Amino acid sequence: MKQNIKPITILTLIGLLSACVTINIYFPAAAAEKAADKIIDEVWQLKDGVPTPTDKPADAPTAQPAK
Amino acid sequence: MQKFIKLFLVAVMMFLSSNLANAAADLDVNTPTISAIKASMQARHTQLAPHYASGAIGLTGDGLIAVRDTTALPLKDRQGINTLVAAENGDRNALYKEIAAGNGHPEWRGDIQATFAGRWIDKAQSGWWYQKDGAWVKK
Repeated sequence: MKQNIKPITILTLIGLLSACVTINIYFPAAAAEKAADKIIDEVWQLKDGVPTPTDKPADAPTAQPAK
Repeated sequence: MQKFIKLFLVAVMMFLSSNLANAAADLDVNTPTISAIKASMQARHTQLAPHYASGAIGLTGDGLIAVRDTTALPLKDRQGINTLVAAENGDRNALYKEIAAGNGHPEWRGDIQATFAGRWIDKAQSGWWYQKDGAWVKK
């Protein structure tokens, strides 16, 4: 009885372990998009909370008061 | 023996679920190298922004930038723009490579670059130029 179960169980375990490896090497597309958005927002300064440069960003054409 | 196998199976299941959780976790983009590249790109963006807006520079389909049309630029600025573009692409390539390597998967580099390519274009301002199937398109 034990002799019958053993090989099948081992095969199952090998299958499960290889599934683990497969899952781990999948490219995490959603995480990558999130990371890309975060970096692009910082580089292009699209969100608040990022230190503003001395030059104004092109997307915020603040009118200079005429003096 | 049966009991031992059952226990082992449970352990494998736990390992499997923890791996699933890892796969869904965020990518680490806060390494010192990545921060340095980001700071460099951020500083350069103030110089690049007017060129994106004028159409002198466009976003390529592979997550880089390229000189598109410099006819509107004064001659003296044309050399400078090539240097700017080369420096920016150097940083971008380093960034993609570093995100992949920093997360323990250097082979993800191409996928990361492709992801960025789409996001740069999505986040570009209207009026900027980008490459679609090899042709320049105005957003």
